[in-house]
Amino acid sequence: MLGLEFPPINEVIRWQDVFPSFNKVALIGCLAALIGMTIFVLAGRKDPMVAPTGVRNLAETGVEFIEDQIVLQTIGREGLAWTPFLLTLFIFVYLCNLPGIIPILQMPATARMAIPLFLAVIVWFTYNAVGLRRNGVSYLTGIVWPKTVPVGMRPLVGLIEFMSNILLRPFSLAVRLFANMLAGHMLLVTFALLADAMFRAQTKELILRPMGILPFFMLIFLTVFEVLVGLLQAYIFTILTAVYIGLAWHPEH
Amino acid sequence: MQALAIVIQQAEDAKAANAAIGAGFAYGLAAIGPGIGIGIVVGKAIEAMARQPEAAGMVRTTMFLGIAFTEALALIGFVVFILLGL
Repeated sequence: MLGLEFPPINEVIRWQDVFPSFNKVALIGCLAALIGMTIFVLAGRKDPMVAPTGVRNLAETGVEFIEDQIVLQTIGREGLAWTPFLLTLFIFVYLCNLPGIIPILQMPATARMAIPLFLAVIVWFTYNAVGLRRNGVSYLTGIVWPKTVPVGMRPLVGLIEFMSNILLRPFSLAVRLFANMLAGHMLLVTFALLADAMFRAQTKELILRPMGILPFFMLIFLTVFEVLVGLLQAYIFTILTAVYIGLAWHPEH
Repeated sequence: MQALAIVIQQAEDAKAANAAIGAGFAYGLAAIGPGIGIGIVVGKAIEAMARQPEAAGMVRTTMFLGIAFTEALALIGFVVFILLGL
């Protein structure tokens, strides 16, 4: 029998500290921020009058994607001022997800709770601030005593709305990103370990060792799948932020 | 003394086995509902897109939102699975 030694979870998602309290996840987070800034600073320096080339093409595609697919669909034309914020979120989350499939790095920075939780707290402050600024106190009363439902239902709906607005939204936003990336990372780890254990198995059944190619193919397939998941999770995080801002902006919808 | 140590060891093994079984059931059960739910969401979205291709962009956005909300339940199950599995 071949035994598969699965390391404890803390070993899979923890890395040796490069310096005290600065490990690989922090390094990836800093790199993601730096690379994102570099791309857009370089793109912003180019002459806007000539046809875009190279890095400016990339930046313009990102801006157009955020404007057409996210802002116009959820907040509306008057929300276009939110494009920079949403673009920053999208690029940062995507660049934090991407190292999960890059060899050597092999760790999505969002698979630790710290980054998704902090981003969710920022989003929570943002949409509540937008609601208070646009609608004043009626934003809060609209949550706990919604005018659009019958009077008898108002306490119940108000309670649900209050819980959803104050607690569940940031929680689910953070947990969704974190759990998706962690699940992807654990899948990759499992199949990599399985392939490794089967290739080097100490058994008399010789057929077992070449069969290690099967988990290896699965590993390649899952790596391609993770590219898609990283992009999709960044998109979902951004579009939910936009939806929350839009809901705080126009509470009547 | 020897017997007591063996009994304690067995009790701890049983505890770990129960935790593993519980973790497996937690994730398996948490995946049922969202699986059905995401299937319904995506199926209806494809139906809508096929009937009205000009509304595909809006339908896609709403579909991703629906998937995200439905999927959250499965992911909470996954987190519980990891917490129990530790």
